[in-house]
Amino acid sequence: MIKAIWSQIVSLYRIFLHIFAKADTVQYPEEMPYLAPRYRGRIVLTRDPDGNERCVACNLCAVACPVDCIALQKTEDEHGRWYPEFFRINFSRCIMCGMCEEACPTYSIQLTPDFEMCEYDRQNMVYEKEHLLISGQGKYPGYSFYNVAGKAIKDKDKGEGLNEAQPIDMKSLLP
Amino acid sequence: MEELTIFLVIYGTLLGAFAVAAVLVWFERRLLGFWQDRLGPNRVGPFGIGLALADVIKLLAKEDWIPPFADRLVFILAPTAVVITMLLGFAVVPYTEHLFIADLNIGLLFFLGMTSLAVYSVLLGGLGSHNKYALLGGLRAAAQMVSYEVFMGLSLMGVVMITGSFSLVDIVNTQAENGWFVISQFFGFIVFLVAGIAESHRLPFDLPEAEHELIAGFHTEYSGMKFGLFMLGEYLSLILISSMITTIFFGGWLGPSFLPDAVLDFVPHIFWFFAKTGTCICFFILLRAAIPRPRYDQLMSFGWKILLPLTLVNLLITGAVLLWL
Amino acid sequence: MTVIHVDGKEYEVEPGSNLLEALLSAGLDVPYFCWHPAMGSVGACRQCAVVQYANDDDTQGRIIMSCMTPVTDNARFSVATESASGFRESVIENLMLNHPHDCPVCEEGGECHLQDMTVMVGHRDRQYTGKKRTHKNQYLGPLVGHEMNRCITCYRCVRFYQDYAGGSDLAAFSSRDKVYFGRAEDGVLENEFAGNLVDVCPTGVFTDKTLSKHYTRKWDLQSAATICMGCAQGCNTYTSERYGEVRRVHNRFHQDVNGYFLCDRGRFGAGFVNSDDRIKQAGIRRDDGLYEAVSLAEAVSQASDMINASQRVVGIGSARASLESNQALRTLVGADNYCNGMADIEREMHAIIIEALKSDIATPSMREVEQYDAILILGEDITNHAPRLALSVRQATRNKAGEMAVETKLALWQDAAVRELAQNSLSPLMIATPTQDRLDDVATLSTRLDSAGIARLGFAIADQLHDIKIAEDDALEATVSAITETLSAAKRPLVISGTSSRNADVMRSAANVAAALKEINPNTGLCLCASECNSVGVALMDNEHSLTALLGSSPDTVVVLENDLATTLGADFKQIASSIKNLVVIDHLDNATASMSDLVLPAATFAEAEGTYVNNEGRAQRSMAVFVPGHHGAASDIKASYHLLDNLADRSRTSSEVRAEMVSHSPQLQKVIDAAPSEDFTVRGSKIARMSHRASGRTAMLADVSVHEPQQPADADSAMTFSMEGVQQQAPASLRAFTWSPEWNSNQSIMKFQESVAGSDRFGISGALLVEKTQPPVVYDATVKQIGQLVPQHHIFGSDPLSNHAEELASLAPQLYIKMNDQAAGELGVSSDDGLSYQADGQSLEFRVIIDNAIPDNCLVYPLVPDTDCLTGLDEVSLTRIDDWTPPGPAGKAQLITSDRAN
Repeated sequence: MIKAIWSQIVSLYRIFLHIFAKADTVQYPEEMPYLAPRYRGRIVLTRDPDGNERCVACNLCAVACPVDCIALQKTEDEHGRWYPEFFRINFSRCIMCGMCEEACPTYSIQLTPDFEMCEYDRQNMVYEKEHLLISGQGKYPGYSFYNVAGKAIKDKDKGEGLNEAQPIDMKSLLP
Repeated sequence: MEELTIFLVIYGTLLGAFAVAAVLVWFERRLLGFWQDRLGPNRVGPFGIGLALADVIKLLAKEDWIPPFADRLVFILAPTAVVITMLLGFAVVPYTEHLFIADLNIGLLFFLGMTSLAVYSVLLGGLGSHNKYALLGGLRAAAQMVSYEVFMGLSLMGVVMITGSFSLVDIVNTQAENGWFVISQFFGFIVFLVAGIAESHRLPFDLPEAEHELIAGFHTEYSGMKFGLFMLGEYLSLILISSMITTIFFGGWLGPSFLPDAVLDFVPHIFWFFAKTGTCICFFILLRAAIPRPRYDQLMSFGWKILLPLTLVNLLITGAVLLWL
Repeated sequence: MTVIHVDGKEYEVEPGSNLLEALLSAGLDVPYFCWHPAMGSVGACRQCAVVQYANDDDTQGRIIMSCMTPVTDNARFSVATESASGFRESVIENLMLNHPHDCPVCEEGGECHLQDMTVMVGHRDRQYTGKKRTHKNQYLGPLVGHEMNRCITCYRCVRFYQDYAGGSDLAAFSSRDKVYFGRAEDGVLENEFAGNLVDVCPTGVFTDKTLSKHYTRKWDLQSAATICMGCAQGCNTYTSERYGEVRRVHNRFHQDVNGYFLCDRGRFGAGFVNSDDRIKQAGIRRDDGLYEAVSLAEAVSQASDMINASQRVVGIGSARASLESNQALRTLVGADNYCNGMADIEREMHAIIIEALKSDIATPSMREVEQYDAILILGEDITNHAPRLALSVRQATRNKAGEMAVETKLALWQDAAVRELAQNSLSPLMIATPTQDRLDDVATLSTRLDSAGIARLGFAIADQLHDIKIAEDDALEATVSAITETLSAAKRPLVISGTSSRNADVMRSAANVAAALKEINPNTGLCLCASECNSVGVALMDNEHSLTALLGSSPDTVVVLENDLATTLGADFKQIASSIKNLVVIDHLDNATASMSDLVLPAATFAEAEGTYVNNEGRAQRSMAVFVPGHHGAASDIKASYHLLDNLADRSRTSSEVRAEMVSHSPQLQKVIDAAPSEDFTVRGSKIARMSHRASGRTAMLADVSVHEPQQPADADSAMTFSMEGVQQQAPASLRAFTWSPEWNSNQSIMKFQESVAGSDRFGISGALLVEKTQPPVVYDATVKQIGQLVPQHHIFGSDPLSNHAEELASLAPQLYIKMNDQAAGELGVSSDDGLSYQADGQSLEFRVIIDNAIPDNCLVYPLVPDTDCLTGLDEVSLTRIDDWTPPGPAGKAQLITSDRAN
């Protein structure tokens, strides 16, 4: 009992001392706070080192999203490369949890430190692929999914990926 | 006293209380900011003091909305009760030995009576809203205020016994002779302090409006100036309790006796009163910043199991001292 | 029951089964690849290893393959022990050495058996650092994709394709870790069941190209239990939707109907729902002869005005519309003014089917067909007209192998051993058709006759079975005696015929054969294939009123329900239509009848409306709506036909109210009610969900239209919801929208819903048999009408009016040809690959001549495709040779002519 009351008094004293401490907050927007690269803000779609869309429309971000705010549709170019026909994020539902980034097998979807995306009209919070796609590689430079996955695309035939042997000639009689 | 002086004091008290309450809105937030390592409201005017005015304008300009399901009459009357009773409470506060509205011979009882009436505001607000959270808030408020009134009244009885009068001017004058009651009536002071927070249901004892359980408790359905009246009532009760603590336990307008007489003569008495009251208000705000809210059952058992015995013991000791010493 | 002990627990299992089946039936999770419930065990993948203990004292045990081990009483096994689970993990690790890890761009991802099994055994870290072997892919046609890198060489594909479905153009090539599954060269897979490779392959080597085109993961699909519209077999399917489009159809296990497999028409034919030819809005013909699109409300009020102002209103039903829609039409026009919409020849043929259903001769389901040990097919091209039945017949020919296995005490699930034992021994299958048949390779006797000849053959067999000998000099004598002998020697003989020959005499003769056999063998079966998905249903409902009689009764308003009369009746209908004041057409696809109409109402397809369909064994099955038309984006005017028809009479009823009225009207359809639970059905107070619990994109998929999410549409007709809310797994089979079980994301999860592997559904079977088989069989007069020289040839791709609108199947439809023998070619003065032209009524067709000497004299076989509709019902045609004709080259890679496939 005495201890409990004493603890209350000590906390009163300690809180009181904070009147002399420097404020942790800054005068945003005159003064911008520092946000780490891994800060979870606006979502972008990045490109691989060759400048192609990294997104292969695998739908894993959409299924990982706890508020179901990602919708996309797979399509394919004439060489078999998968990419999204449309890719839509409803930022008025997004909770910036970063599960989509965790789920992404190609480092395509990434969260950035930009959080200034308020709108007066909620409809403007719906971002389509042209709003999401950036021209750089984002946080993970150098990675290209199709280099490590066995599917053939333009300029990368079977056997040309990382750690791949040349395709087998099934009609060869050699053992 | 002349009628003009009384009018001046009445209007001074009225306007002063309103103004201080409005400024407290800003002042409290600023202080909390400092204690929580933030900046606090600093945008409107110098140091953000314009926030007080902005807040008042906002409250006055908001739509005065009454929910269709509410009991109209009760809903409208509820917030006025707290403001009226708290303002009436100021009638017995002696700012100096000459400056007061009324020196009733039952001043202390009048003060207790007025604070008790304030419970109607919360209770009726909760009932009239026809909202389950408001009702729960109202219920909590009623039980809390009725309980803590008991200790509040009892805690002052020691002071009354020593003084031999309910008049607040007499109480201060007694302190001029006997020293401040905070020393002789220390337990009385502690109980009155705790009960005072509970009566004005301020943090950490704001269970009637505990927002993470009850949204906003009894004033969930209130908005605009009706909500403003509730807020005003809360700040008025904060000021009233502070001035009462000053008057009863810290010698009212009396300066500290360790200071040289020259200083005491030079400084006007009213300064001491306001300085002490102000410090007391700051302490209340510090309490809000530092101490978390207890559970409702903890609040009630703390009152009945600790505060009540404490006041009774205090009374017995005071009585014994007066009788035999 | 046999008792086995697994990890200290006792299980009662089916005697004679293999251990893997027994463990899976008991609900234990054992990984496997090469074993398939319909194809038995070969022990190729080594994945299902468990430990067997010799006795109680044995603590070491030995590793065995559970799929190759028979269960024996009191045998002791362990699935969980370290040595077994470690072995299984290392097997997966080895299988994964060359797997390309391209799951994000693999159509199988999310419903992949390999993914499931890898997670199940716990393999995670790759230790092998060498290079991955790679393969080039092949083009296998517009339906099935190929990605050989993903192969784990379980051999299921060739076992299905060659051994089960009888295909010859997919094989295993090369050796050791270079094994390749594909064709000798790029080209369309020839087999009609190639689509099942998608289901059979445990990983993503064979994928559904029609799905991949607008790919959606399994968890995102909104699905429902549907019935295939492709033919009268009534195969159970799951149809799935996303973004307002049908994305795919895949197999829904029904133990008595389709089991684990579908034909390619059923699997890939639902694309017509997304077709550009859909009627999406109501239309009214203006005075200038053009159509004007109007709102549904306006069209409905105009149509009801037309009906109210008419003296005589006639309703033409349809064999491809649901029973509910036909009933709503019957209510609207009155029972006397309603007919089921079948042309007279169809009506006559289906009357024979109905009689056969009512007789006490067994009408086998497709599962039961597999049990018959001698089969006679009279004039029915089942591979093209009732494809899934052909797969069952092919399995029936293996009953001989089964007998031999039983003699040598070999378990039937020992697939490779049984095949090795049987070699080419087959149960008798006797086929009499005008042209070569896809089942000829397993037939013990096949004979080529025109349909009149087949009818004569049938009647002669029936006579012979009654000991009335056929004249010895008759050309048929040898055939008749051979067939008669085989049939009377069989334990379970089956006669199959159907409507594809469009000759009722053939069906009568088949019925007579079965009736004669029934007298000597009570196990006789008779299977008569109907024409369309609901032919038997509408024939049971009302087969009395003749289409031509009703149209000839000078009606002033005719309401046509989902029926292309202008095509089935040809020129006759154009004549009648000119005298009709108001022609109201309710249909979902634009066709010749719709373009002659005065008013068109947009009907829902099977994917958008609930409905009950009756297959040719009289099994009523409910098909559930998959999605609400037009939900994505703007509201749509498309409605279920029965709702539209009710609207015309200013009524609004749920489907079960329509059914209740139908049953009170036609008590013979009483059991239609039992086909599936009605809309007030719940499981523990919840409706049944059409979406998986992990369906994604709910708050974004419509956000481009409006960021404010609309309410999920409600379903007043069924016990299902158009959302993920509700029961998903405990639903009865007729309502369950998809199969999924924890750790079992692939289609293999079906076993979690079966009483035992390949057994009946744990949550209640779907569908109900309508007809009580009590009457003695009808014996028909053995008179055979003379027929014309034109013989229509059904094609699995091209002859179905609905699936023709699916882009991929349309590309596989045959080019126009006429097949004849040398004699007929000589008369016409043509030789192989010459051109023949046909001209009439402003229509001009060019045929390629194919010489096939197996075809009887005077027969001209032509493909039944939309272009040749004008030949329907003609006996004689005048064809002229085109000089200097060059055959049209293949339109695309897919155009490898299917008519050549039999050659």
